Amino acid sequence: MKAFVALVAREVRLAWIGGGLWLPVVFYLAVATLFPFVTGPDKALLARTGGGILWIAALLATLLPIERLILPDRQSGVLDQLALRGWSDELVATAKIAGQIVAFALPLLLATVVGSALIGLPEAQLGTLLLGLTLALPALSGLSVMIAALTAGLSGASALGGLLLVPITIPLLIFGAGTLAEDPGNAMQLLAATSLAITALSPFAAGAALRAGRI
Amino acid sequence: MSSRQASLPSLHIDNVAVMRGNRLVLRGLSVAARSGDIIWIRGANGCGKSTLLRLVAGLLTVSSGAIHSEGRIALADENLALDANMTLETALRFWADMDGASADARDMALADMDLLDLAHIPVRFLSTGQRKRASIARVLASHADIWLMDEPYNGLDSASCARLDQAMLAHAALGGIVLVAAHQPPSINIATSLLLDKQGAAA
Repeated sequence: MKAFVALVAREVRLAWIGGGLWLPVVFYLAVATLFPFVTGPDKALLARTGGGILWIAALLATLLPIERLILPDRQSGVLDQLALRGWSDELVATAKIAGQIVAFALPLLLATVVGSALIGLPEAQLGTLLLGLTLALPALSGLSVMIAALTAGLSGASALGGLLLVPITIPLLIFGAGTLAEDPGNAMQLLAATSLAITALSPFAAGAALRAGRI
Repeated sequence: MSSRQASLPSLHIDNVAVMRGNRLVLRGLSVAARSGDIIWIRGANGCGKSTLLRLVAGLLTVSSGAIHSEGRIALADENLALDANMTLETALRFWADMDGASADARDMALADMDLLDLAHIPVRFLSTGQRKRASIARVLASHADIWLMDEPYNGLDSASCARLDQAMLAHAALGGIVLVAAHQPPSINIATSLLLDKQGAAA
């Protein structure tokens, strides 16, 4: 358990030192800043569409850390050294996902408060948006680690990552946007179920990809 | 140097063959190592020395035959496995924590490889030889019973080579096992050397 915490802490520290922590946040806030320029200062329109734009921004921000998640550790031999110490690939993937939840999901949630102010989202919707994103971000963290493991070392890894991410995140996006409607109840439950399934499966998919990539 | 477990470390490689990418890299290889052995693995480039070490480390699976090892294993190969943006001390501490090594063991490993002056320098600024010494220090601090050293002399100056030889001797004297794959012979007395031929069999 102590070693697991050490590995998660290392993930967070690497994100902090390498600047990987800020990149998704800056991207996310950039979208929130730019969107009103496109629509014009139409408060009602922004209130209606702003939440959806933040959802799309969150999904796309998932792609940003992908290149630094697995490939550097494979190249530097860190993954080998962990396997040597008896770590299963699934456990390594789980630690990386936990690290992503701290170093990617939490900053993005904080940025949502700022982003929704920039867009001028009604306060009532901010709570729903935060709850929805809280439910979805573990799944997005899991997906980013899984896609990073699948594409590590391939040429054009980031483009491929985008292609992989979009179809898997469509259910999250549909239910996530659904929560922004008048009555978010059902959509929120479906979002929670989808997110749980993706989060629970991603360590196994990522672990299998890590194992297949070991030569 | 390290606290031994109740059972002595041992390593048995029994008639092992390995396929890598449709090529038979090792064939019919049998090696036995007992506590206190230092085995020098030599052979031409591409004869399967690194494959053998990765196999013992459990990073590759055998195509036929069996490997049985008793005791914890540490590997120093061409990959440093230390985070480039962190200081040498922090990067080493991560693995020392993973291995449950004490701060003293870590400092001693740094001292043994003459790295104390470099402890606060980020890993990315280290030279080739210093990197090699850092990866050896990672093994030294690991408290492992079986050391797998892949080309550990590459890039080392003569003083560092001597330090490495001393460390391996001390480890063997305490009952550990060392497998060292290298082109140049270690300057110390070694009981066994294993020569691999081009086909990856013991010559």
